[in-house]
Amino acid sequence: MKAEERFFRIFMFLSTLLIAVALLLLIASILVKGLPAISWEMISQTPKGGYYFGKEGGILNAILGSLYLSLGATFLAFIVGLPVALFMNIHLINRKKLVNSIRFFLDLLWGVPSIVYGAFGFTLMIYLGLRTSLLAGIITVTLFIIPIMVRGMDEVLKTVTRGLYESAMSLGSTKSETAYFIFFRQCIPGIITAILLSFGRAIGDAASVLFTTGYTDYLPTSLSQPTATLPLSIFFQLSSPIDEVKVRAYASAVVLTVIVLTISILSRYFTKRFHQHKISD
Amino acid sequence: MTEQEAKIRIVNLNMSIGNKPILKNINLEIPSNKLTVILGPSGCGKTTLLKCLNRLTDLYPDATVDGNIFIGDEDILHTKKNVNDIRKRMGLLSQRPYPLPMNIYKNVSYGLRISGRRKKKFLDKRVEHYLRMVNLWEEVEDRLREPATSLSIGQQQRLCLARGLAVDPEIILADEPTSALDPISSEAIEKKFAELKSRYTIILVTHILRQARRIADNVVFMYLGEIIEQGSAEQFFNDPREEKTKQFIKGAFN
Repeated sequence: MKAEERFFRIFMFLSTLLIAVALLLLIASILVKGLPAISWEMISQTPKGGYYFGKEGGILNAILGSLYLSLGATFLAFIVGLPVALFMNIHLINRKKLVNSIRFFLDLLWGVPSIVYGAFGFTLMIYLGLRTSLLAGIITVTLFIIPIMVRGMDEVLKTVTRGLYESAMSLGSTKSETAYFIFFRQCIPGIITAILLSFGRAIGDAASVLFTTGYTDYLPTSLSQPTATLPLSIFFQLSSPIDEVKVRAYASAVVLTVIVLTISILSRYFTKRFHQHKISD
Repeated sequence: MTEQEAKIRIVNLNMSIGNKPILKNINLEIPSNKLTVILGPSGCGKTTLLKCLNRLTDLYPDATVDGNIFIGDEDILHTKKNVNDIRKRMGLLSQRPYPLPMNIYKNVSYGLRISGRRKKKFLDKRVEHYLRMVNLWEEVEDRLREPATSLSIGQQQRLCLARGLAVDPEIILADEPTSALDPISSEAIEKKFAELKSRYTIILVTHILRQARRIADNVVFMYLGEIIEQGSAEQFFNDPREEKTKQFIKGAFN
């Protein structure tokens, strides 16, 4: 084997190993620290009086709050994002410069730290007269994940072959029919990945919900009430000096990881059903 | 060609992308219910000419098209009619099949469904009719709900033909439709065209001389964006007028 080839093989192997080990350590550390504290009580109850001092109660408020928040935001971002992504790739197919500048701005927005979105959401709340609430959180997180959603879908939509586009158009489809009946269906697996990516960002982010969603020990019952979220719950518990509480922070992290994992596996399962329609170039 | 009724009349057609001329001053009459082959070496503008006919050229940036294309009495380049309705008058078969990302049944019924025909009984009948027309029905009748991509490539091309025929066009545009197919599938498509020409006006683009010999009624020979010669197949192959045509028939370009 050539020396060069050997070098790159070793290099690639070491990089892969590094990533795998980092990931395994991360998962192992939350499992080792968190699993002992996980109980049915923890995921089925709201925090009782002395919960933050290590007494009984659970984090159901944060689990439900996070699910409501990120499902709501992902749904809204999808409703707004899909037409944008389709429009960029079908209707604006001849406006390469315009589409590329849209992509550039979306990438910029993707890179803006989530705390900035939190601050922006907060200003928006004052302007609209909203209190810290689930609704304010959903709006902020929606804004925060729209660039991810649009660019994620855009990346798969732009791989659709020109031939399929022209075939659809030559059958007399309008551009919108081509967009929703052909491009959308052709790209379902990639679109699901984009949704998943956005959902992952939505459920895992703490900074954007800090000012906007607030925190409460009660279960979320209304869009206009403050709502607990898992990242903030982890943050509060981890900053406690009491060991029993700290351990529960890791347990909460396990819960968060399991939620993301479950949704990921479920969506992959459903994605498979649509892969069969994919034509390759 | 002049004694017959011309289906398509192209007058002074020029097409360019940016500053680069692709088609230069094309004048052409295509008779109805005949198979007209557009022949020529790669890159001579055959495909572009085909795309002008169903206005797919609208979808290219920097493309400018001048001149007139009459179908019947209507100039389709300057009509106020909806371009989608113009495209529905022509079925396009491309170089390789692009099945729509849906099942076989929905592929064939797609054109009908976007035209608002949704009654199941009607669609069932039409789907069977057009699949029989391209000799695909026996092969797929018990797997209509399977994805179109599960078919072989030759079957897919016949499916695409059925899909194009289902919008009930007057004209079939075929852009090297056999170039991705094996010899047996190619023969099936050629035979089908020979049958279909009594009902449709067919324009077939190819660079394969033998294919043109086998199926053409009329031949248009193009070279570098211009029409060099056009005429009946018999005259074209046996007694070509132009020097370039003679060279091409001898195989000088291939």
